[in-house]
Amino acid sequence: MTTIETSENPTDGPGPAGSAVAAPISGGEAGEARELTYAESVRETLADLLETDERVFIMGEDIGVYGGAFGVTTGLLERFGRERVRDTPISEIAIVGAGVGAAICGLRPVVELQFSDFVTCAMDQIVNQAAKIHFMLGGAAQVPMVIRAPAGSGTGAAGQHSQSPEAWFAHVPGLKVVMPATPADAAGLLRAAVADPNPVIVFEHKLLYKQKGEVPRNHFVPLGKADVRRRGQALTIVATSVMVGKSLAAADELAAEGIEVTVVDPRTITPLDDATILAEVAATGRALLVQEAPRTAGFVAEIAARITESDTFHALKAPIVRLCGLDAPMAYAPELEKASVPQVPDIVAAARQLAKGA
Amino acid sequence: MRDLAKEPDVARHALETMWTARRFEEAVDQLFARGLMHGTMHLSIGQEASATGTCMALEPDDLITSTHRGHSHCVAKGADLTRMMAELLAKDTGYCRGRGGSMHIADVATGNLGANGIVGGGIPIAVGAALAQKLTGSGKVVVSFFGDGAANEGAFHEAANLAAVWQLPVVFVCENNHYGMSMAADEAFAIENISTRAAAYGFPGVTVDGNDVQEVYEMVSTAVERARAGRGPTLVENVTYRWKGHSKSDKNLYRTREEIAAWQDRDPIVRFEEAVRAAGSLSDEEIQAARKAATDALRDAIRTANAAPPAPADRDLLLDAVYAAENRTARDRMEVYA
Repeated sequence: MTTIETSENPTDGPGPAGSAVAAPISGGEAGEARELTYAESVRETLADLLETDERVFIMGEDIGVYGGAFGVTTGLLERFGRERVRDTPISEIAIVGAGVGAAICGLRPVVELQFSDFVTCAMDQIVNQAAKIHFMLGGAAQVPMVIRAPAGSGTGAAGQHSQSPEAWFAHVPGLKVVMPATPADAAGLLRAAVADPNPVIVFEHKLLYKQKGEVPRNHFVPLGKADVRRRGQALTIVATSVMVGKSLAAADELAAEGIEVTVVDPRTITPLDDATILAEVAATGRALLVQEAPRTAGFVAEIAARITESDTFHALKAPIVRLCGLDAPMAYAPELEKASVPQVPDIVAAARQLAKGA
Repeated sequence: MRDLAKEPDVARHALETMWTARRFEEAVDQLFARGLMHGTMHLSIGQEASATGTCMALEPDDLITSTHRGHSHCVAKGADLTRMMAELLAKDTGYCRGRGGSMHIADVATGNLGANGIVGGGIPIAVGAALAQKLTGSGKVVVSFFGDGAANEGAFHEAANLAAVWQLPVVFVCENNHYGMSMAADEAFAIENISTRAAAYGFPGVTVDGNDVQEVYEMVSTAVERARAGRGPTLVENVTYRWKGHSKSDKNLYRTREEIAAWQDRDPIVRFEEAVRAAGSLSDEEIQAARKAATDALRDAIRTANAAPPAPADRDLLLDAVYAAENRTARDRMEVYA
């Protein structure tokens, strides 16, 4: 298991595109940072939003007394009551659809899907309704809804509770897709998602919920700004979600061998900060793309395509390398599950190989 | 309960609404037949009493969600005929600026949250809209129109249950026109009346002669009153019949001419004209004038819509339209489109 390190001062923009700004939304001193877990960071942000914006309400399965399957919403029912913290029946179509309807009417629903896998049950409401309403209706309506969905493997929950389905939604114009990799980003991107007038899906990786990191108060991270987490000359790793931390851990090992790498976290895959990714890949001429989701038609394939169809192609010194989950359903047994997705040694080995490749 | 046939202004409104819906769809049918309209559409000719009686039971700022067969809902809720026709004629002046067509007309200013190309897709959205009314205490009621086919979608069942457990101000109006495309309701349901499904969710359900505008109005009014009083949803099943095919490609292979003719004999508009005549609220001339008003309004709408420029085939404009660029409240949007 690796730990996620956060930048010393996350409000400074480490990358060319800048990183984070504090938004003057709610109480507390903007920018003042505390150490929180990723789950606490999401919870605090939800509480701030419920406190400061009467349009915001949250709903989902077991988010009340139970506190959500991963404890993220613990205590919010007691604080904000049953009207604004709504436990729902097990009805994903109705939960998401009710979010769409409430959003059209001007509210700001934040809907929790208990596991990202259950999104399949609500696909029509997300893909045919939420994503398209603004466009199809000629701009007459907006759907400012946020869907939070715990994603990813590592919990021994097997094939129907462990997927990373982000690429399905990146393929749907009208949706925004967010993948926070740190406690600070979990807060900052969620605040930006709720402020956005479009439907936004936030994939929170389950293995990150207990990770700790500095979280500035009232943190706000604009959608569409990648974060350059580390810079080196040997090669550029572009990694999403839990793979950001694994890539940073790999980067430490590689540095010990004298291989300095850049690590870029797109943070949001729609909108995608191409400019930062392409500039960082061009700077080293070598790209290692890392995701937990299966390889075929995964999101990093899109990043590879954007590299090869841009001028950055001419800067490449070696073929692009993808490191992805297996093209297989997630297995149950711990060793099988571990073998199904890239691990730190895999990233180290792939980077080592790429660094010396012609 | 108010008798729609007895009050001259109300009777005139009901007649003009039904005739306008009828004339709109007859015009659309002809424009397609002559190759002057593009894409596809679904006509509700023969079902006008359902849309009209339902919308007459609503306050102007109450809300509806509609279906792929939604022209009569738009008309009954007060949509602008020219903007409707312009949308079907693929004009920039259409409700959706040429981006939606027949299946996606919405008119937020008149409380129409939108037609829908997915069977049952609007039902959970209506429930969410009703939740918003409850949370904001607006006092508004939401009607969700859908067809018999949609009552077999999971979306209906999930939405009905959620509306029931949260006691939301929504009325489910199932327009049972006997066919889901070619699938006869007799074969798609093992129950006599779709309205009985309401019992499974703990709210009232009633089956109505959907070709009787008065009966529709009365039952929906009762349901709306109940919803507005915070007593939760009702399912109203309007039994009706679509005279035309499912869409433009339908050859009517699944039903007989005799069956269609028998339902045409139960024309909801002619029936209401007879009721008005019997009530003596409008003269024959006034009844004819209501028809003529609809015909004239349509002629003007087609002329104005047709004269407008086509939606510009500009790729940047299309891409810019995918995402909302700024936050606007529902009220702002209503003002923009009012």
